[in-house]
Amino acid sequence: MPGPEEWEVIRLSLKVSAMAVGLSLPLAFAMAWALARGRFPGKVLLDALVHLPLVLPPVVTGWFLLIAFGPQGPAGHLLEATLGLTFLFRWTGAALAAAVMALPLMVRAIRLSLEAVDPKLEQAAMTLGASRWRTFRTITLPLALPGVIAGAVLGFARSLGEFGATITFVSNIPGETQTLPLAIYSALQIPGAEPQVVRLVAVSVLLSLGALVASEALARRTGRGGHVL
Amino acid sequence: MSFEVRAERQLGEAKVTANFTSDSSVTALFGPSGAGKTSLLNMVAGLLRPDRGRIALTGQVLFDSDLGIDLPVQQRRAGYVFQDSRLFPHLRVRQNLEYGAARAEGRSLMTLEDAAAFLGIAHLLDRWPRTLSGGEAQRVAIGRALLSGPRFLLMDEPLASLDRARREEVMLVIERLRDEVRLPILYVSHDRAEVERLAGLIVEL
Repeated sequence: MPGPEEWEVIRLSLKVSAMAVGLSLPLAFAMAWALARGRFPGKVLLDALVHLPLVLPPVVTGWFLLIAFGPQGPAGHLLEATLGLTFLFRWTGAALAAAVMALPLMVRAIRLSLEAVDPKLEQAAMTLGASRWRTFRTITLPLALPGVIAGAVLGFARSLGEFGATITFVSNIPGETQTLPLAIYSALQIPGAEPQVVRLVAVSVLLSLGALVASEALARRTGRGGHVL
Repeated sequence: MSFEVRAERQLGEAKVTANFTSDSSVTALFGPSGAGKTSLLNMVAGLLRPDRGRIALTGQVLFDSDLGIDLPVQQRRAGYVFQDSRLFPHLRVRQNLEYGAARAEGRSLMTLEDAAAFLGIAHLLDRWPRTLSGGEAQRVAIGRALLSGPRFLLMDEPLASLDRARREEVMLVIERLRDEVRLPILYVSHDRAEVERLAGLIVEL
């Protein structure tokens, strides 16, 4: 059984991941919508930009976050001045790093589910008197929902595993930014801490496996044109 | 009751044009595949904008390029029955039938129960669309259109995807609609026997 320090790590990891997904889900949906339905100049660029964290070395992404969201960074400065939000060496920064890394996976899953919604059904709804908003609410969103949930679960799992960008951006501070992968990394540096490593690894595997199974099941339901309501 | 349609629209290489007025209860648009029959129905429904022309129904103008009138699809009150029925897969038959009721608000031709009895779908109300046969799905689609408070019906080859026995079943429903409900119907088909049996006026495209 995990000890109190390990429970602290698990609790922090879940908090950081939940915040990361909560933060990026609306943004991921908006981007997926733009990429699936929008026609605008710079669409290819947006597509590339969204996917960048997927192919960049995570350390590089972490460095970019440091530059942009550090106290001297333009975004960091603005957010501290307006909302009192700081990121450096804080758990909020770990959530931000996880959100950025999870975003491409979420956008992909949501985009696929939006593209799978037949526009002919939306047309049918409009001939029956439904406004664009009602059509979105009652037809598009429910049909895409399994994919949106799958994307969120996938993003959550990715956030739980985030390492490189996090340690670069907010360092490895127990109780503040030390999530599961960082705790495992630290424990590996300590001679004789193998039992702790094994326990943390087991928790990691269990959480990731659960998320993946849930995501797969939901994705398959979307593919069959299933329903969650 | 009459359709007045004068419309023209360039679609890639092809040009869809039509020019007719009709006082018949059923007006058929007849012609081979690719003649633009469905495009024309979409223009009347408000799903496709003509390049120029005028579309009116018993005096109400739905579209007029000269007057700058283009009524949004939601306000045209078309009961559109698609070839592929287009039932909402995540809603049961009853919710599909009720979907357009918000617009109907009292102007409804019949209650859901009456429509279900009329169409012979009362026993299907709790089913999911994917469990319906082609003929059942098409009758539900007709019911959904009727319950949305339509001023006219648009039917796009409603029999095309059905086998012979199911065709007769749906054909009888459409004949009863024509004779009992008395909504103007614009009916698209490429089957000569079908349009001769149903329509008072046949417009060849």
